[in-house]
Amino acid sequence: MRDLYNNSVEFVRTFGAFQLFSLRVIRYSPLVLLSRFDLVVKQIFNTGALSLVIIMVCGLFVGGVLGLQGYSNLARFNAEDSIGVFAAFGLIKELGPVITALLFAGRAGTSLASEIGLMKATDQLSAMEMMAVNPVPRVLVPRFLGGIIAMPLLVAVFSTIGLFGTHLVAVELLSVDVGAFWQQIQITVDMHDINEGIFKSFVFGVAASMIAVWEGYNAVPTAEGVGRATTRTVVITAIAVLVFDFMITALMI
Amino acid sequence: MQQTRSVEIGTGLFVLLGMGALFFLTTQTTGGDDFSANETYLVEARFENIGSLRNRAPVAMSGVTIGRVIGIRFDPVSLEAVVQFVIDSQFNQIPDDSDASILTSGILGSQYIGLRAGGSDTYLEDGSEVLFTQSAILLENLIGKFLVNAGSKDED
Repeated sequence: MRDLYNNSVEFVRTFGAFQLFSLRVIRYSPLVLLSRFDLVVKQIFNTGALSLVIIMVCGLFVGGVLGLQGYSNLARFNAEDSIGVFAAFGLIKELGPVITALLFAGRAGTSLASEIGLMKATDQLSAMEMMAVNPVPRVLVPRFLGGIIAMPLLVAVFSTIGLFGTHLVAVELLSVDVGAFWQQIQITVDMHDINEGIFKSFVFGVAASMIAVWEGYNAVPTAEGVGRATTRTVVITAIAVLVFDFMITALMI
Repeated sequence: MQQTRSVEIGTGLFVLLGMGALFFLTTQTTGGDDFSANETYLVEARFENIGSLRNRAPVAMSGVTIGRVIGIRFDPVSLEAVVQFVIDSQFNQIPDDSDASILTSGILGSQYIGLRAGGSDTYLEDGSEVLFTQSAILLENLIGKFLVNAGSKDED
């Protein structure tokens, strides 16, 4: 009983500390964006450009699977032509942002968390503080901003490549009419749907980067602690992304 | 120096690719760019039933999009739906006795307003009303009629 109480208090404390930490990172963000943009560019490269290959390959296959599954289901209603709409809605509104965020957590989030955790374990952060360099704007904020900027772009790449994956399967393989495929997409998909996807990707970008940075910064400074921090990054990001996804969808639908 | 240069090139390529993808999504997958006119004029039409006609639905004549629905409201006095739509000003010679009907593109497609030319010498202009209208054909009503017909045949 005592344990349960202590654990609950500890959970609430961690949650509160995370909020305060987030505020601190966000407060420094405009300053870093204006004065040390070169650091942000480097992080966009690390989180965004280096995640591009996995995003593109996964997007292609997710789009292809949507094509196969959609075709076999829609064919029962003789509505194969709607496969483009089916895939476009699925990719732009749901799968694009969600799968990209999950891949981002696995590819970029872990590297952020372990990098910062290792900096802490090897006393680099303390050394910075000793040289009167605040590690928050120097180390944490560029990584956070890089993640936020990279995520919507990655989602756009994922959705676009995914659509081409569906095109490849549906049009080239299953011989759905190419005109019907794209025309149906253009008739049905609205700017509103794309905005929903972009909004989601932005929220997921904030969540994924903030969690990765937080876990790294609060890692126990040992080899085991860094390992646990990376694991927790993926787990917490996955939960946060899916919960946020549900809430945003419920809000915007 | 070489290191930062390749990082910058990589970042630039990544951002350009992302922007390109975003551009593709916003322009190629959304409709609405098939009708863009600088000058338009507003026309009204009253329908008994508009089915599932939505804002921004196309207005077509002979299958070509010449305008767009900009407003749908319900008139509490005449108990009819009032649909307002704009037509590109370059099509300013549409006879004012043309009739408007709500049609469906494809069997389950979205609905649009189809105009069919009349024979009058005066033309539709800003603020005028299309007097001859035909409501949306509701699939449910069709099925209902069909069932009633089938039933009454059985009784004969």
